[in-house]
Amino acid sequence: MINLGMASLRLYAGLVGCRSGSCARSLRTLSGMTVSQIDEEVAKLLELKVQLGGDEGRHQFTLKTAKGTRDYNPKQMAIREKVFNTIISCFKRHGAENIDTPVFELKETLTGKYGEDSKLIYDLKDQGGELLSLRYDLTVPFARYLAMNKVTNIKRYHIAKVYRRDNPAMTRGRYREFYQCDFDIAGQYDPMIPDAECLKIVHEILSELELGDFRIKVNDRRILDGMFAVCGVPDDKFRTICSTVDKLDKMSWEDVRSEMVKEKGLSEEAADQIGQYVSLQGGMDLAERLLQDAKMSQSKQACAGLTDMKQLFSYLQLFQVTDKVVFDLSLARGLDYYTGVIYEAILTQTGPVPVAAAQNGAGEKAEEGVSVGSVAGGGRYDGLVGMFDPKGRKVPCVGVSIGIERVFSIMEQKAEASAEKVRTTETQVMVASAQKNLLEERLRLTAELWNAGIKAEVMYKKNPKLLSQLQHCEDSGIPLVAILGEQELKDGVVKLRTVHSREEIDVSRAKLVEEIKRRTSDV
Amino acid sequence: MINLGMASLRLYAGLVGCRSGSCARSLRTLSGMTVSQIDEEVAKLLELKVQLGGDEGRHQFTLKTAKGTRDYNPKQMAIREKVFNTIISCFKRHGAENIDTPVFELKETLTGKYGEDSKLIYDLKDQGGELLSLRYDLTVPFARYLAMNKVTNIKRYHIAKVYRRDNPAMTRGRYREFYQCDFDIAGQYDPMIPDAECLKIVHEILSELELGDFRIKVNDRRILDGMFAVCGVPDDKFRTICSTVDKLDKMSWEDVRSEMVKEKGLSEEAADQIGQYVSLQGGMDLAERLLQDAKMSQSKQACAGLTDMKQLFSYLQLFQVTDKVVFDLSLARGLDYYTGVIYEAILTQTGPVPVAAAQNGAGEKAEEGVSVGSVAGGGRYDGLVGMFDPKGRKVPCVGVSIGIERVFSIMEQKAEVRKGDGRETLCG
Repeated sequence: MINLGMASLRLYAGLVGCRSGSCARSLRTLSGMTVSQIDEEVAKLLELKVQLGGDEGRHQFTLKTAKGTRDYNPKQMAIREKVFNTIISCFKRHGAENIDTPVFELKETLTGKYGEDSKLIYDLKDQGGELLSLRYDLTVPFARYLAMNKVTNIKRYHIAKVYRRDNPAMTRGRYREFYQCDFDIAGQYDPMIPDAECLKIVHEILSELELGDFRIKVNDRRILDGMFAVCGVPDDKFRTICSTVDKLDKMSWEDVRSEMVKEKGLSEEAADQIGQYVSLQGGMDLAERLLQDAKMSQSKQACAGLTDMKQLFSYLQLFQVTDKVVFDLSLARGLDYYTGVIYEAILTQTGPVPVAAAQNGAGEKAEEGVSVGSVAGGGRYDGLVGMFDPKGRKVPCVGVSIGIERVFSIMEQKAEASAEKVRTTETQVMVASAQKNLLEERLRLTAELWNAGIKAEVMYKKNPKLLSQLQHCEDSGIPLVAILGEQELKDGVVKLRTVHSREEIDVSRAKLVEEIKRRTSDV
Repeated sequence: MINLGMASLRLYAGLVGCRSGSCARSLRTLSGMTVSQIDEEVAKLLELKVQLGGDEGRHQFTLKTAKGTRDYNPKQMAIREKVFNTIISCFKRHGAENIDTPVFELKETLTGKYGEDSKLIYDLKDQGGELLSLRYDLTVPFARYLAMNKVTNIKRYHIAKVYRRDNPAMTRGRYREFYQCDFDIAGQYDPMIPDAECLKIVHEILSELELGDFRIKVNDRRILDGMFAVCGVPDDKFRTICSTVDKLDKMSWEDVRSEMVKEKGLSEEAADQIGQYVSLQGGMDLAERLLQDAKMSQSKQACAGLTDMKQLFSYLQLFQVTDKVVFDLSLARGLDYYTGVIYEAILTQTGPVPVAAAQNGAGEKAEEGVSVGSVAGGGRYDGLVGMFDPKGRKVPCVGVSIGIERVFSIMEQKAEVRKGDGRETLCG
């Protein structure tokens, strides 16, 4: 006892003597520690860590971006700008407004919205304030915005980066910071009209981006759930069977059937019945056929979905997009959100693509794993806003997410392959001189051009060589050079040279602006 | 002894029985804890917190954005789009390229670059990977980009949001997430030409945005340092006297003098000598006069700065912007970065503005506290990229940051006023 007492006394003394002075006090209540006490303790330990010099002694300084993120260089930005312009024009053509939300939300806003994927959320450090997390998609912030501002009707687009702590080892090339490009219509409307407009928008965008041929597959959650029910899938297996069916774009039916029966415990009979349906594709005709189908028509839910599908196709006909749209019973997607129509657009002409390249936000309504070649996806989600509203008031929503990163890499590859250089500036004229001591004159002329709204550059050298100035034009794609010389100044003219043809003419100083504008508008 | 023993035994048992089982072990070495042991301990405590239900039991669900951040509604976005279009057109008119960088950097990239303001950096939680922090400005990422890609020459613009854990209680209306709008020219060139182009760009943008009349104050770190030297300021007081002089746009000379003498311990004589200089404003003529000034001309540094200032004004004349530019010896700014010319643009026609509204990135080269009415700022910073390059290779840079948030609120106010006239405006 005495020995034990002495040992404990030493321990006690050690505690009292420890740098983090309140240790002893908090330890007495350790088994009954409250959250705030833990917070205090953590804060003290972290301060002790700082005193010890933290992590700073441990690393060499590394010049790199964070794992899973990258800079965009000027060429990539030029491509990105063109893609965004095309997409935004389309959104505006359809009357969409633009909103923006912060890059981080209260952690509790994102909690419970992403299922298993929640572990992929980036949290901010607890620095003594609110607990925050980086946004995982643009849909949850949208729902939060609607509920917070009590908005019942809006047609909005939102283009911004989102953040997911994906493990790059698993899926090569997957980024942790990437763009999403969302368009959504919120509000109570007559059925299927806004849904049809979303599909029209996808069709327009994919056509204008010239990515090659594409297909838009559509289905409906009610049809899927109804189909599972009439095929004898137990209710509690709906979601898990659904995620297996979703793999049909990557796996053969044999493998999918095998997974359903062997891994998910579905009866072979149910699996076979499902197999008969999920191979079906068509248009309005298929929806009509299924409404007549003895088994399918037993499900009220499926009938509702099929009726709406017919309606949808009639609108798509009016919108002239049925050439690319197919009702495909195998389309499942991550269905946690969706309550009605779902769709996914795929490119049909590209070769095998690393699965990772499909990470692109295409239909990232809280799930990953879109099929190879997928460039857009979405659907109707009527229940999400109600989860945020304090009174549970529902705001029905339908929307689509464009797989921007996928589009970027396709455009980047095209640019590489093409002979045409991508310009990173829009400069129209280089103001140059072949002789010395003409810096002042060059600056003066450049300012005149800028003041007239002309895009011009001048070299930051007192006496540059003409060759370097011309080389810069070649490198940057600048089409014109305005060359000053002693004689030209006396004569009141400027030599205007076309870079690619090397033709030169003398233009009077007074008419120079007009001449440049004429030539650059021809382009 | 027995009582003490019994008390200690209970304590010991308590420790052994505690949920975080290794507590006892680590405590034995507490006074000699290593960083990794602390990490382990913290991780365990945080897990215990999660087991206790973390913070989730404590809050009602609150429908709000994070403190210091806000959504932009469609009206605000329409205004924002117009402002960006004007600014980007100007950048493109001058041949600038565009780059983008990630919203977070490795924590070590940002460490040691912001002085006292480092406590305002948002860190990401240590989730078992690299330690990350949200970017605090666009200049450090730019320098990192240049060093990483071994770029020696570039003229680039970058418009993006940055993050600072400001305390909103202190400065009303200060946002924690806000836009910065940066234009920078990197590379070794003949002196003052790119510097002059930056000022031309500020002049163009502020004119096109139609924010009313404005002035662009310019000065030079070498002139300031030289001035302090010849006025008898001890070397080790340069930076602190400089930050006091910086307050002249908000405080009277009497108060500034008082702070220099009473709080910073400067001699009254030195303070008076400074006082004679910092009241001076002018153009090329002032630079010439100071080059002739008996005292000032004793400083080689000041003379270099003044010679360059004359050169700058000659270029500004060719660029036709001297009407709005004034060489102002009281302009100081947070000078940690800057090595040469510095400048700040202020609007002259607006009424009193809450100090907070001046938070806007205007010249937020790692410092806050721009003067009321400030809408842009910047300068030359030749040493920053060298801090990133493994071989310390320097890439001289000069640039400017437009105070976009300030511009937004002015445009939003203008839009409100127009509506109030009772006339429907069809355009944003």
